[in-house]
Amino acid sequence: MGYLLEVKNLTKRFGGLVAVNNVSLGVNAGEVVGLLGDNGAGKSTLIKMISGVYKPDGGKIFFQGREVNIENPMDALSMGIETIYQDLALAENLNVYSNIFLGREKLKKILGLIKVLDHDYMMQESEKVLKRLDIQIPSLKNKIRMLSGGQRQAVAISRSIYWDAKFLIMDEPTAALGIAEQKKVLDLVNLLKSQGIGIIIISHQLHDVFSVADRLVIMRRGVKVAERITKETNPDEVVGLIVGAETVEQT
Amino acid sequence: MILENSEISGRIDLQKKIEAVAKYWSLIFIALLMIIFSFTGKGFLSLSNFQNIVHLSTVFLLLAGAETFVIITGGIDLSIGFIMGFSSVFSAKIIQVMYSGGASEMVSIVVGSISGLILSLIPGIVNGILIAKYRVPPFIATLGMWGITNGITLKICQGFPISSLPPKLVEIGNSYLLYIMPHKAMSFFRIPPGVADENIRNLIRIFPSSLFFSITVLTILWHLLKNTKFGQHTYAIGGNMDAAIRAGINVKRHLIYIYTLSAFLSGLAGVFNVFQTGIGNFTPYNAMYELFAIAAVVIGGASLMGGKGSIIGSILGVLLLKILENGLQISGIEPFYRFIAVGIILIIAVIIDQLFPDLF
Repeated sequence: MGYLLEVKNLTKRFGGLVAVNNVSLGVNAGEVVGLLGDNGAGKSTLIKMISGVYKPDGGKIFFQGREVNIENPMDALSMGIETIYQDLALAENLNVYSNIFLGREKLKKILGLIKVLDHDYMMQESEKVLKRLDIQIPSLKNKIRMLSGGQRQAVAISRSIYWDAKFLIMDEPTAALGIAEQKKVLDLVNLLKSQGIGIIIISHQLHDVFSVADRLVIMRRGVKVAERITKETNPDEVVGLIVGAETVEQT
Repeated sequence: MILENSEISGRIDLQKKIEAVAKYWSLIFIALLMIIFSFTGKGFLSLSNFQNIVHLSTVFLLLAGAETFVIITGGIDLSIGFIMGFSSVFSAKIIQVMYSGGASEMVSIVVGSISGLILSLIPGIVNGILIAKYRVPPFIATLGMWGITNGITLKICQGFPISSLPPKLVEIGNSYLLYIMPHKAMSFFRIPPGVADENIRNLIRIFPSSLFFSITVLTILWHLLKNTKFGQHTYAIGGNMDAAIRAGINVKRHLIYIYTLSAFLSGLAGVFNVFQTGIGNFTPYNAMYELFAIAAVVIGGASLMGGKGSIIGSILGVLLLKILENGLQISGIEPFYRFIAVGIILIIAVIIDQLFPDLF
C-alpha cells in the first residue's frame, strides 16, 4: 500500500535562500512521523507547503495516491489535511464552538429566506467531537481567552478532527503546556493514530517525539539528512544528526 | 467555618454587583444624566425634546454603525465624516441640476440620492484596496481619503452649501409618522390640512420618520454583525487575523467589504442630511464627526485593538453623547464644557474596559 501523503523533491526558495531543498518523505495512514531539526532547518517551511500557506518552487505532493495541487489553505483543508500551528490560530474573542466552526460556519434559514448562524447545531456537534476525544471543557460558550493552554490545544485539535481530518500536521503541540497537559496531548495523538489518521509532528522536545512517533525525519539547513525508525535509534544519535556531528563522522 | 464561607460568598456577591454595574455603566450613566438634566434643564423631560434628540442623532447613529464594523476588525476609518459631506454635496448637486433643468421633484430626488450613495462607495473601495492589498495602515489610508474626499467636496461646492433644492426634501426628511391636533384632526405622514399657521405650535408630532429610518438601518447592521457569517468573520479578523486566514476566510476581500460598507453608511448619512436640512452641506473642518463616532463606539464597549464591540453598545454610546450635548445646552451651560465632558466619559469608558476585560 502506498503512502497516505507523499512529497517528492519539494523545494522552496526565498530570494537567494533555499529554505527547503529537494526534500522527499512519505507518511502512512495511522502513522506518526516526527519531523526534527534545529531552528532554520526548514521544517516549518516544508509543512507550510503541505498546508497551502506557501507554494512550492519545485516538486510534487501526492495525497491518497494522486498528485494534488495545493494553492491555498482552503485547498488543503478541503482535502482533509489539517494543520495545528504552534500559536494554535484560535480567535481568542470567540467562544469554543465558534472557533471549531470558524470559516466553515453552519447556517440555517429563518422564515425561509434569511440565513443565520445555527448556534445550537454548532454547539451540539462541538460537544460530540470533544466527547469523542475525551476532552473536558467547562462550557463551550466560554471564550478561548478564558481557557488554559491545554484546553486551547484540545480545541485546536478537535477543530481539525471535526472536519474529518485524514492527515494532521502538528507544529510544536506540547510547547507551552504543563506536564499533565503535555501527557494529555500525547495521549490524544495516540488516539488519533489508532483511528487511522496520518500525522506529522514537529517538536523540539525529543522525549515527546520518541514517545509517539513511529519514524523520524531529520532536516538540517533545508536538506533531509536522515530517516530513522524510532525503535532502532536513540536520542543521542538523533541529536547528533540534528546538529550535524553524525554526518561529519560518517564522511 | 460557616462564617468564613458566608464571608467569601458575600465577597463574590459584591464582585458580581460591581461587574453588573460596570457592564451596564453606559445605561446607568444615561439614566443619571436624564435625572440631573430633568432638574437643571427646563423642557428637557418632554416628548418633543426626546424626539428632537433622536432626530438629530440619526446621522451620528449611521456613522457610529459604520465605525463599529471597522473598529471590530482592528482598523479605524477617519474618512467617514468627509465621505458624508462628499455624498451630501454630490447628491444635492445632481438634484439641483436636474430640478432646475425641469425634471420633476421626485425624479430628481430619487436619481440624486441613489447617485450620491453609489459615489460614496468609491472612497470605501479605495480604502479597502489600500488596506487589504497594499497593506497601508488603516489610519494612514483613511487619513488620505479624509483629505481627498474633503478636497473634492469643496471643489464641487466651492465652499458654499448647495441650495435651491426641491422643498419636498425637508418635508420627507422631517416628517413624523403621526400628527395630532388636539380635539380637531389627526393624520399620518403630513400635517393635517386646514391647520392654520398660528396653531401649528399646538400640533403634536409623534414618532419622527428619521427614527423609523435609523431603526431599520441599525436592525440590519445588528443582524449582520450578530447572526451572520459576515459578522462572525468580522469578529474573527479582529480577534486573530492569522487564525482567520488559516481558517480559510478570505480576509482581504472581507476587509474591502468592511471599508466599503463603512463608506456606504457614511454616504447614507450624507444623503439623509440633505433630506434633513434641505441643502447639500459639506463637512466643516471642526465638525469632527469621525472622532465623535469613534468615541461613541468605544464608549459602547469596543476596543481599538479589535475583536470587541456591538451595535447596541454603539447606539448607547451615541445616545449618551447626544443626551449630554442636548442636556447641557438646555441647562444653559457654555458649549465648550461639552468637549470636556466627552473627553472625561471617553476615558472612563476605556478605564472600565481595562478593569473588566472579560465583560464585553
